[in-house]
Amino acid sequence: MKEEGYSVAIFESVYHVLRCEKIMKEQKIEYKIIPVPRHISSDCGVCLRFPTQYQEEVLAAIDDKVEVESIHPL
Amino acid sequence: MQGEKGIIYFDNAATSYPKPRSVFEAMEEHFFDIGASPGRSGHRLALAASRIIMGVREELAALLGVNDPLDIVLTKNVTEALNIAAFGLLKAGDNVVTTAMEHNSVIRPLRELEAKGVEVSVVPCSLLGKLDWEAFIGALKPNTKAIFMQHISNVTGGMMPIAEVGKIAQAKGIVFIVDGAQSAGAIPIDLQKSNVDIFAFTGHKSLLGPQGTGGFYIRKGLASKMSHFACGGTGSRSEYEVHPDFLPDKFEAGTPNTIGFAGLLGALRFLAQEGIANIRAHEEELTRVFSAGLEGIEGVSIYGNLDATSKAALVSFNIDGVSPSEAALILDEEFGIMTRVGLHCAPLAHRSIGTFPIGTLRFSFGYFNTLAEIHQGLRAIAEIADRFKRATF
Repeated sequence: MKEEGYSVAIFESVYHVLRCEKIMKEQKIEYKIIPVPRHISSDCGVCLRFPTQYQEEVLAAIDDKVEVESIHPL
Repeated sequence: MQGEKGIIYFDNAATSYPKPRSVFEAMEEHFFDIGASPGRSGHRLALAASRIIMGVREELAALLGVNDPLDIVLTKNVTEALNIAAFGLLKAGDNVVTTAMEHNSVIRPLRELEAKGVEVSVVPCSLLGKLDWEAFIGALKPNTKAIFMQHISNVTGGMMPIAEVGKIAQAKGIVFIVDGAQSAGAIPIDLQKSNVDIFAFTGHKSLLGPQGTGGFYIRKGLASKMSHFACGGTGSRSEYEVHPDFLPDKFEAGTPNTIGFAGLLGALRFLAQEGIANIRAHEEELTRVFSAGLEGIEGVSIYGNLDATSKAALVSFNIDGVSPSEAALILDEEFGIMTRVGLHCAPLAHRSIGTFPIGTLRFSFGYFNTLAEIHQGLRAIAEIADRFKRATF
């Protein structure tokens, strides 16, 4: 898997991730739901992966709607 | 379907039957093609399972007028939801106000808390099941923490003044919990516009889903003032040995009835397609025709208000000269009509309407009942009433 140029957003639960998925689809932002890399966290099993270059767009899109725990570059 | 088996199902207030075909199809798809556990693993099947649960929250949010789907907690039934609310909110020294029409799933948790030092005030209701408004206002004290009230009575079908009570509760800073067991899916509901703080619902009655599904809506900010009910694995914060305090995980420990919720999702999509207004119109018509016919049968006593536009699709009644249980047996064995008889898990309600301890016969209609079935029901009741006209018991 090509990991260059990707970051992940970590959330409290899978339902928060799915809430984001809906927003990403609506706004047509590239994303993928992947298992959380162990070295980052054991939270909820999955996280939202996106190209690092879109980080600002992602955060703006989910701003008021879903709380992000943390963001990490892969 | 029931017509082919020669039975008429008039017990929808207990559980709805039949269910829409889409419920079975959704459960079948889950059984064969998905099967995984939601919110635990990260593989595609687990994600598919998580999307089912998320889909249920989203459809319920749309149906009930809730802005954030994550303010909807899923439980195994409405009883569990009411227990979570009662045991999570009330402490010794608190006062809680409830009514004399409530179901045991409200009364029993409150009586249990009463034994632990919570003061329980039961507001009387009239012979028709109507809330005594002055007594209600008088029952509110400085230490009243919460009001627990049904939306619709499972004995008379009558509706409580939820909007008015909500305004009072909000003005006085009292938590308002509504038991929506008989209302969710039956009548239009808009929670965001209401002053309801917790709305408990079940999946297997008017929402037309399978048994083993239910939940509650909870207003933002309230959960942090409540203790959790059960704790355990949630798939989140796994490195911590302390239970999470965010929604919905706080109140959702353990694996849910995923196949059941897959069925509920199928049901919710069916409801969205048919439209609650259409369902309500049909059930109102059935109730109107039934009540009108029932009034014309000699020897029948009807309970509660008779106006089909201001009640749910259920009617409690008795037939002179025959006990309700005997009449129910005749209805089942001779006429193939399924009803519920007795106290309907609501002894206080029967005390209020004057039918304790014998109880009543209850006919409760659903979306799939027809006018032809209503007329068959009326003929059966007329026959039984005639048969026992001169009997003594």
